[in-house]
Order: sequence, then structure tokens, then C-alpha cells
Amino acid sequence: MSGFLKWLAGLPPLAQIPLVLLAFIAVAGLLIFFIEIAPRSGRRYTVIRVLVCVLAPLGIFFAVGSIWWAAIAAAVLGALFFVLDYRSKQGAGYLFQLVGFLSPAVLLLLIGLVYPTIATFFKAFMNGRGTRFVGFDNFAYVFGQEANRVAILNTVLWVLVVPALSTIAGLAYAVFVDKARGEKVLKALVFMPMAISFVGASIIWKFVYDANAADQPQIGLLNGIIQFFGGTPVDFINIAPWNNLFLMVILIWVQTGFAMVVLSAAIKGVPAEQMEAAQLDGTNAWQRFTNVTVPGIRSSLIVVLTTISIASLKVFDIVQTMTGGANGTNVLANAVYAQKLEEGRASAFAVILFILVLPIIIYNVRQIRLQKEIR
Amino acid sequence: MSAVAPIDLPIDKSTERQLKRGEKAAERTGLRKSKDKLTSRPATIAAILIAVLWTTPTLGLLITSFRPPQEINTSGWWSIFQNPGFTLSNYEAVLNGEATTVTLSQAFINSIVITIPASIFPLVIAALAAYAFAWIPFKGRNILFIGVFALQVVPIQMALVPLLSLFSRGLNIGGVEVFNGLGAGGNSYGQIWIAHTIFALPLAIFLLHNFISEIPHELIEAARVDGAGHGQTFFRIVLPLAMPAIASFAIFQFLWVWNDLLVALVFADGAVGPITKVLREITGNRGQDWYLLTSGAFVAMIVPLIVFFALQRFFVRGLLAGSTKG
Repeated sequence: MSGFLKWLAGLPPLAQIPLVLLAFIAVAGLLIFFIEIAPRSGRRYTVIRVLVCVLAPLGIFFAVGSIWWAAIAAAVLGALFFVLDYRSKQGAGYLFQLVGFLSPAVLLLLIGLVYPTIATFFKAFMNGRGTRFVGFDNFAYVFGQEANRVAILNTVLWVLVVPALSTIAGLAYAVFVDKARGEKVLKALVFMPMAISFVGASIIWKFVYDANAADQPQIGLLNGIIQFFGGTPVDFINIAPWNNLFLMVILIWVQTGFAMVVLSAAIKGVPAEQMEAAQLDGTNAWQRFTNVTVPGIRSSLIVVLTTISIASLKVFDIVQTMTGGANGTNVLANAVYAQKLEEGRASAFAVILFILVLPIIIYNVRQIRLQKEIR
Repeated sequence: MSAVAPIDLPIDKSTERQLKRGEKAAERTGLRKSKDKLTSRPATIAAILIAVLWTTPTLGLLITSFRPPQEINTSGWWSIFQNPGFTLSNYEAVLNGEATTVTLSQAFINSIVITIPASIFPLVIAALAAYAFAWIPFKGRNILFIGVFALQVVPIQMALVPLLSLFSRGLNIGGVEVFNGLGAGGNSYGQIWIAHTIFALPLAIFLLHNFISEIPHELIEAARVDGAGHGQTFFRIVLPLAMPAIASFAIFQFLWVWNDLLVALVFADGAVGPITKVLREITGNRGQDWYLLTSGAFVAMIVPLIVFFALQRFFVRGLLAGSTKG
């Protein structure tokens, strides 16, 4: 595979797209073909099955460039797998099919997510180059430095502020737009920031926050307004601790659209009879909103809050582009990147971030298990 | 993670029905003349005010990107009528910019080369896995599926450092070389394709499984009775039926990869850096050169905005995909 990638890298960039896609589709097609013929009986198919079971692991080991006897081990495993498959209770070819469907995804996830996540846990207790066990030194470093404590505190602040404010803004807009003319266009305008990258959004807002000296003309919109009313310009992204709030505004600006779309669908899904009944009881609009609409969309509200919480915990691009984490705006996700040469410390930051996400994972796994039991 | 993420959480049946009903209602209002819709003037005004507030920052950027540099630095964009001026030179300057390791036009091509394969790979692999989770019974299926689902919440920061060293140095367990690294050198897109594919898999499997498991049982049974194996069932029945879900996930993955900064910073070295990485570089080096920043940001935004406006309906559907299952 490294040979193929090397050869590919020598070609002009745009020519690489069709070639790599063709190679990928050829491999995937071959896989589906073998899955299809796996359960068929007859000597010819048995021979093909044996060949694939032995050659596929061999091929994988050659592709990743391992040494000879590892390849022999792969051949033995392949043969063993064939025998197991041939004698499996669900019929010959069953295991073959199952492995064919699942192994690409499972292998990639093991290599790219499971193994690295476990490795990060170990690295958090090793020195910078991963050669020596240092106990809790890295965590002592993280919690011992004022700047790092600020990063942790900021991450917690992001999770508290951003989901709440963007959900409120999204809910308010969803309610207004439900009764407004030109609903589609109005929705698209607020929804649009979701298509823009965080880097792009950061530049947009950096320009809004831009500040010049007091006697100069202002080109940032906010300071332009301040100057118009005769105030002194504010350097929004450098005044700690308020600059954190101004960075959060960017994520709120992006996520409000998401909250709006989901909550708008939920509001339209509340049965009209309930609304009419409340209206007949003589309630005003605000009472209907708090007593009928909000309870009616409660679970959608939780989904929106949870989704935005996860996004806020992982916020990186905005901080990296706006300040690089300077002036007391650092967050955990950025600290992991900033410390990437000191692997031990970077891993310690990542582990703390993981611990903050853990409650959300546990909650959702419990939810999905409940669902699986119902089905 | 990303600016755009579909709902990827388990949702109970009644909420699912509610969202689906609401989504249908929303699509109807677009078709019908809104005469019979109850509109109210205060609500319309409030909605327009918020929409203007939300759009102004982007508008300011767009206007500024077409103004001559000296005008940009001496007057606000809102005074465009008092200080008129129009130029395309900002775009020229940023596309051939010498301020960065690669020019912005090269980075634009890099973004395309990274994004297209990195959107297709995870979809195919995830569709295969989703089919197995939905239609091939095996021991431990639920546990494995829940494990895959849990992985999507794990911050990718957890995986970055070890995965990078895996790509460049390989893996040795007890002196035995299991994997000797990609070794494709700095100008290969290989690393970033694979990294994006891996990070997209948990969400893709979860969403596609939701959809594929809802395909009527009779259809799958009928195919099997007619002698189709799992390979044919997947290719001839499931793939065509799952196309709407695949399409809407493809849009999200496309936008996600195009807009990504973190994975690009770690895995795309030097000459293969995508547009977000180069923009970040300009912000760092030339933070006050607004003529470069505004035009550069707009070049980066144009592709996702076209995708967004052209495919808005799929976009909204995809957003609710985790909950409404097609």
C-alpha cells in the first residue's frame, strides 16, 4: 500500500482522485463478489474460499509491510478461519460473509480509534517522548499551572454558556419564524452559518471585533457602532476574561441554526388540537408557549442541548484561529494540540477532556440500550 | 468537531414521530401558498430582525472582500456608499499569495482532492458494516454496535498523537513489527484520507444502520427466497433503497472534511495542506491584512455555500436523519 500511495503522490493532484477511487471501488467490489459466492456449494467455490481465506490475511500483512513470519502466521490464521467457517453451525460461508461485511470498518476503528485512545491513556503517565513512566507528573503539571487551570475552567464555561444561549436563541427564532411570512428564506439565512467552516466564521467575527486606536477610523462593526455613539473602542478579543464570551458568540452564531431547525420541526410536530384546546381555555400566547409547546418538545430540547454540549466540549478551530489560546482564552481541545510535541502532557489534557465527555457517553449508551430492549 | 453535525443521539419513538411530522409540515408550507397559514406581524418583524442580525457579519465580509485595500483600512464597510470602490485584486492577491507555504489556489485543489475520496470511502465501508449490524444475526451484535456508537463521542483529540506516530513510525509490539508505517512521504494525501475515513465511521455506521434496519423485512426475505446471497441483497436491494440516507450523509461528510481544521493541521503536511489550514496560516502571519483575509475566507466559503443552497432540503433531512430515519 505504501508503494501505491508513493506512486500516487507523484501524480498531479486532480488525477489522483479517479485513480484512488477506482482502486477503492475495485477492492470493495471484489469483497462483495466473494461475499456473494461464499455460501455456494461445489468444489470450485470451496477452492476459491480457501484461497481467499489464506490470501486475504497474507495480502493485508504485505500491504502494511510486515515481516515474513508474521505473514506465515496470517496464512495459518486464514486456514484456521476457513475450517471454522466450513464447519460453522449457521452453514458454510456464514462467518466468511459476516467478516467480509464487518472487518473493514472494525479493523479501521480498532487501528484508528480504539488503539489510539488506549495508547493515549498510557501516554498520559509517560514522559514527553513516551520512554519512561512518570506517574502523575503530567497531571501535576496540568493542574499546577495557572494557565492550564484557566483552560479547564474555560472549557467548563463553554459547555455551560454555549448550549444554553444557542438553544434559547434557536427556540425563540423557531417560534417567531413559525408565524412569519417568508419562512423558508428567513430560516435559510439563520441556518447558513452552519455551512461555513469555523475558520471562516472566526475570520468573519474577527473582522466584526476589529479595533483601531481611538483617534483612527474604526473598521470593525462593533467598534464602529461604539465610535458612532461617542464611546472609546474596545479591543474585544484581548480583554480577559470577557474575550471568552466574545469567542463563544461565534459558536452560538453557528449552532443557533442547528437548534432552530430541530426545534422548528418539533414545534410543528406538536398536535394542533392541544394548541386549540389551550386557546379555548382562554390562555394567552406566552402561557401556551410555556404550558403546551415547551413540555411538548422537551425531549427534542434535550437532544439539542446534548448535541451542542458535545460540540462545545470539543471546540478547537475557533480558539486556534482567533487567539491561538492566548490572553486567557485557552481550552482543553486546543491545549492538546498546542502540546502535541510533549506527548505526555498532550495526552494528559486529552484524558481530562475524555473524562468531561464520559457522562454524555454513558447517558447515551443507556438510552440506546433501553431502545434495543424495547425492540 | 465540526460546524455541521446531524443529530447522532438515540431518540425515543414518540419524539421521532413528532420530528418527522414537523419536517413534513415544514416541507408542505414551502409548496403551498401561505394564505391559510396564520401569520402575525410582530412575529414576522422579530424574525426579520434576528435574520438581519445573523447575516450582517457575513455580508460585511463579502462587501469588504471587493473593496480596494486602502479603502478597507480607512473606512468601515458600511460606508461603502460614501467611499465607493470595487476591485477583484484582493482575490488575485490571495489566490497567488506568497504569504503562505502553498498558494491559496493550490490549497483549493488540495481541499478538493482530500474531500472527494474522504467522503466516499467511509460511506462504502460504513454501509457494509451497517448491513451486517442490521441483517446478519450474530452473537454480541448489540454490544458491538453500542461500542461503535460510543466511539463517536470520544474526542478525536484522544486519537491524534498515537495515530500520527502509527502512520509515520509504524507499530511494534514486543519487538515484532506489526505495521511499518505508511511511508508515503510528505506529499501524499494517504494519511489524511485514512484519518478522515476512520473518524467518520462511527457516525456513518450509526446513521446508516438506523435507515437500513427500517427496510421492510419482506423485501429482504423475498430476495433471499429468489436465491440472492448477502452480497446481492446488499448490492441490489439495500444500496438503492438506502440512497437517500447515503446522499444526505455524503453532504455532511463533504462539508465536514472541507471545513475541517484539526485533522488537516495534524495530518496534512506542507504541500498537501487544504484551504482551512492555509487560511489559518494567513490569520497568524498577516492578521491585519484584511484584503487577504476577507477574500481568502470567501474563497473557502464558496464551495460549502453552493452545496448548502443547492441541496438545502437534503441538508435539513440529513440533520434530522439520526432521529427520523428517512
